[in-house]
Amino acid sequence: MANVLVVDDLDVTFALHQSEVKAVSDLNFTLHEGETLAVVGESGSGKSQAFLAIMGLLARNGHATGRAMLGDVNLIGMPPARLDSYRGREIAMIFQDPMTSLNPSLKVRTQLAEVLVRHQGFAEEKAQKATIEMLERVGMPEPVKRANAYPHELSGGMRQRVMIAMALLCRPKILIADEPTTALDVTVQAQMLDLFKTLTSDFGTALVMITHDLGVVAGLADRMMVMYGGRAVETGAVDQLFYDPRHPYTLGLLHSTPHVAVRAKRLDPIQGLPPSLEHLPSGCSFHPRCAFRFEKCFEERPPLDPTEGNREKACWYQGRLAYEEVA
Amino acid sequence: MNAHETTLLTIDRLSKNFSISSGLFSRPLTLHALQDISFSVKKGETLGIVGESGCGKSTLGRCILQLLPPDEGRVLWLGEDITKLPSEAMRQRRRDLQIIFQDPLASLNPRLTVGEIVADPLRTLMPELNGEERRKRVLKMMEAVGLLPEMINRYPHEFSGGQAQRIGIARALITEPKLIVCDEPVSALDVSIQAQILNLLADLKDQFGLTLIFISHNLSVVRHVSDRILVLYLGRIVELADGDDLYGDPKHPYTRALLTAVPIPDPKRARQRNIDGLVGEIPSPINPPSGCPFRTRCRHAIALCAEQRPLLEAVAGGRLVACHRWQELGLEGGV
Repeated sequence: MANVLVVDDLDVTFALHQSEVKAVSDLNFTLHEGETLAVVGESGSGKSQAFLAIMGLLARNGHATGRAMLGDVNLIGMPPARLDSYRGREIAMIFQDPMTSLNPSLKVRTQLAEVLVRHQGFAEEKAQKATIEMLERVGMPEPVKRANAYPHELSGGMRQRVMIAMALLCRPKILIADEPTTALDVTVQAQMLDLFKTLTSDFGTALVMITHDLGVVAGLADRMMVMYGGRAVETGAVDQLFYDPRHPYTLGLLHSTPHVAVRAKRLDPIQGLPPSLEHLPSGCSFHPRCAFRFEKCFEERPPLDPTEGNREKACWYQGRLAYEEVA
Repeated sequence: MNAHETTLLTIDRLSKNFSISSGLFSRPLTLHALQDISFSVKKGETLGIVGESGCGKSTLGRCILQLLPPDEGRVLWLGEDITKLPSEAMRQRRRDLQIIFQDPLASLNPRLTVGEIVADPLRTLMPELNGEERRKRVLKMMEAVGLLPEMINRYPHEFSGGQAQRIGIARALITEPKLIVCDEPVSALDVSIQAQILNLLADLKDQFGLTLIFISHNLSVVRHVSDRILVLYLGRIVELADGDDLYGDPKHPYTRALLTAVPIPDPKRARQRNIDGLVGEIPSPINPPSGCPFRTRCRHAIALCAEQRPLLEAVAGGRLVACHRWQELGLEGGV
């Protein structure tokens, strides 16, 4: 499969009053045409900031270096005016809370049609028509009526549909979705996940699904990248990571997740707390919480190295990854 | 559940409405948050309450604790109706009935230290204790929830979400209550921390002999902690059953749809799964559908469902279900 996005050595730094924190360090990955990549991590893992950096949407005190190659153009460091010819058209992003991205004072149809007029040079009438079609496509009930509504008149699920419609209007190659279903009810979430599946296969869009929910990953993604403390710690096919995790953090996440079909007596949580990015532990930043650590982990940071089966992990431990080994 | 087990709490035909202003000159609208809710909670059990937003689950938690006065019905605590108690008498009961909230940081007073926050219920509910006794209790409780003694003089903003929830739990437990309403206690937490708090709640439940009402929209979490589970839809009970029965063999079409919609962290099963996709979203509780509240989204709905509201029927195994067609449907497919 062709590559649609190649990210190399991406670093994201935020300037604080008298110091700076590194939210993303040395991130490398490739997104293939039409695939769904899940980016998994807890708060502070850098999963959102990495993609905000790629979209040129970092907060003002944020700074990104490295490369995010969309074909042969590097999005990192591109001036906003130039970025605008790629954002929306080639690469689009949607967020957890649609209200932060929708203009509350404009009708849905106005906001959507504007995208087509601006990016595709559509005439107003044609844009309006395409808008209604797209709303229908994303499963909006009564699309004509909803198109004339203001965002606050819609439910959370409908607003998220508007966002998805808006993001797909220009048929981007890449859609980045940052926790798009987290705020939705479970029955509506199921509808949305279904919609993502249909739309990515219909439009051939590559989807990046940023999430903390392993259930969402399991049902939707082809590959996944697990992040911790601003770095990727394990990548691979979804089945590989779920059934044969090689990084202790991936294993820990899987054991922390309650399963609706299985009632375990106890969960095996990861001990301790996620690190503060201002004071990342030495060596492997996961070592204070890791059940498999040994001396080397305190001192040297493990690189993200390829292993067999087209996967990667950043961990010194080479033994079998099962809790009974260390119990 | 043995017959001789003590019933701690009985909710009897409880209803709660809110009036919603619809503009300066129009008549206020009535939102039916809870309608005709009856169930009981036995000593030592964990009763899970699930449902989607607007189903009334949090309102129910607050009505049980009298943080919101119900409009109709009774709340019997150890056989005594606490809905009509004078405030002083209710204050006495609050030692026994506590709550843990969803957003740990928002529910802690930022100007008080951890020690003051945890001790706060003691000042109002057990004023007979002196400062030294209070401090002792606070330290003991902080240890029980996994907080270090040196944290006693720190402020909430210095803590992460998981630690803050431990403070909230310590505050709820300090008066040695018998029943705790946990209102989405882990929803705001990261996965790894969520598991720590769920294990902590399980340990504390054993250690202090607690009875829990566990409210959550997360069906995986509710399944994990609950003995029995009550499913709410638009302010009404649609099903109540033992956890294993409910998840293995849901009787109500809504329960089934809800269960099959939960994402499962197992890619092979997730791919094979047949999601009983619900169309549409929850109707407004201001203007709920006639008859069965679920009928507008139910693929099995018939004319009768619009005409008549199904009663909550007792089914074998101590289960309750409110559906005209549950018997003939014989729904397949738990999880």
